Amino acid sequence: MTAGTGNRELGTDAARSALRAARSPRSHPPAFGGHPPVPRSRRFRAILLYVALILGALLALFPLFWMVSASLMPTGEASTYPPRVLPSRVTFEHYGALFTRLNLGRYLLNSALISLVVTVLSLAVNSMAGYAFAKLRFRGRDGLFRVLAAGLVLPVQVAMLPLFLLMKQLGLINSYGGVIIPGLASIFGIFLIRQYAQSIPDDMLDAARIDGASEMRIYRSVVLPGIVPILATLAIWTFLATWNDFMWPLIVLSDESHYTLPVALANLVGEHVQDTELMMAGSVLTTLPVLLVFLFLQRYYIQGVMAGSVKG
Amino acid sequence: MTSSAKRVRMPADGTSAAWLFVAPALVLIGVFFFLPVVAALLLSVTDFDIYAVASASNTRFVGLRNYATLLETPLFWSSLRNTFYFAVVGGPLTIAVSLGAALLLNAKLVRWKSLFRTIYFTPFVTTLVAVAIVWRYLYHTRYGLLNYALSAVGVAPVDWLGDPRWAMPAIILMAVWKNFGYNMLIFIAGLQSIPEELYDAANVDGAGPWRTFRSVTLPMLGPTLLFVGVITMIGYFQLFAEPYVMTQGGPLRSTTSVVLLMYEEGFRWWRMGYAASIAFVLFIVILVATLIQLRIQRGRA
Repeated sequence: MTAGTGNRELGTDAARSALRAARSPRSHPPAFGGHPPVPRSRRFRAILLYVALILGALLALFPLFWMVSASLMPTGEASTYPPRVLPSRVTFEHYGALFTRLNLGRYLLNSALISLVVTVLSLAVNSMAGYAFAKLRFRGRDGLFRVLAAGLVLPVQVAMLPLFLLMKQLGLINSYGGVIIPGLASIFGIFLIRQYAQSIPDDMLDAARIDGASEMRIYRSVVLPGIVPILATLAIWTFLATWNDFMWPLIVLSDESHYTLPVALANLVGEHVQDTELMMAGSVLTTLPVLLVFLFLQRYYIQGVMAGSVKG
Repeated sequence: MTSSAKRVRMPADGTSAAWLFVAPALVLIGVFFFLPVVAALLLSVTDFDIYAVASASNTRFVGLRNYATLLETPLFWSSLRNTFYFAVVGGPLTIAVSLGAALLLNAKLVRWKSLFRTIYFTPFVTTLVAVAIVWRYLYHTRYGLLNYALSAVGVAPVDWLGDPRWAMPAIILMAVWKNFGYNMLIFIAGLQSIPEELYDAANVDGAGPWRTFRSVTLPMLGPTLLFVGVITMIGYFQLFAEPYVMTQGGPLRSTTSVVLLMYEEGFRWWRMGYAASIAFVLFIVILVATLIQLRIQRGRA
């Protein structure tokens, strides 16, 4: 960077107002009109920014918009030239077919069951371990933690072949357990909890100990309430990841009755690739639940991702 | 910390309590992750195949033969090439788009930041299998909207998923769309942690936007960039669902990734010993690529 002492003297109006705007607190400076000295170049830049942002938003949303739109089109309408963006008339027949002919209700239940069970149980397992690694002293703690950290570099696919054989031994192929059990503990989850739990004051834990509370009681009534925000983030993260997971469920579930939605959908596209509208209805059904979870709980989720990633 | 608190030692059962807290997680991760990883290494030096799936006694130790076979198999090399193509082109592209979006959203002139942020993040939370199917139709040669949009500017129809030259770029484009939102969030967090004074100083020095970006933003983002680079690359080397759903590894095997090859060998043909050697090559590739990135970053600092 050049040290331009001379520039300081120049101080054109534009530069000064830009500086003032830059120094003002993080509230949003008025982008359009209103306030008196909005230089023309600033307004031009604001317009360019919004054009880029809105264009980006359209690109981000368009495939999802088209997915919904095509799912509502009468049969055959999504495969016409020129391609249609909106249905000529709205029909829900494909959704009906999914539930009556193609049994997707069953897969929806499978997905919901597996995702909920994994989310609840893994939250308990990971929060206990994360808290212990952050706050309890025991021999070999730091060494163990380093081993776990090293595990983060290992791609999960390396474990899948022997894991399949192990699951076969345990009789868990083609069962919910085959998907649920390997998802119950996560190194990433333990990391996230540990990082957050470190901010719990030791005094608080010690005070509870002096009062004679057992370690389990301290975990339940002091630790858990103290880490609620990160629990929320991890819960949403786990639910989305489990719901969207594809490769392992594909491997361990070979019998249709246990399929999760992504596995069922990938299977369906093989037979029904010509039925664009039907496949789009299936895609909506598969992705809508996670989209809703995200939209309603995004505050916790986005903040958690941003906080966790930077410190980590 | 007060002096009284310091004196309080954990009760005698503190250590055993700690072990009870970590035991469930450690047992689960040990039995269902670390143990299989070690077993995979052993598996990769056996001829474990469909007969062994029936009865494990049909397994023999074969040393490094699986690895030797691998090196002589053209399909393995092309899958490695395809995976590198995806990671080396798709990774930086995703990071560039993420950074661009983060810079736009971090601009002071912009309002409704959280709305745009949510919109940009939405593709990331969708189900990969579902949106891969959506893109498959958007890429359709005749009825797809992408070719229709391109025809408006005079581009002849492209057989996106049917042409070996275009299938991987098509998958990359879809992956950029799907994944940039996550990195964008991390970049926004990184941008917000850059002290305001640095920008003021650059401003006073008369630095333009590009110069400010080069000499303030980019250096201050260094650690974030490394983090994003490593996790994106690790994720991209594990390419699987996109080609599985969109192209089945075709056309002419041009989108067969290492993980897809491992899946086919291991779970379609049950050559599990051979597939395990593929898995280990993947691990080594990811490890080396991670170390290289760390080295580059250290060299810069």
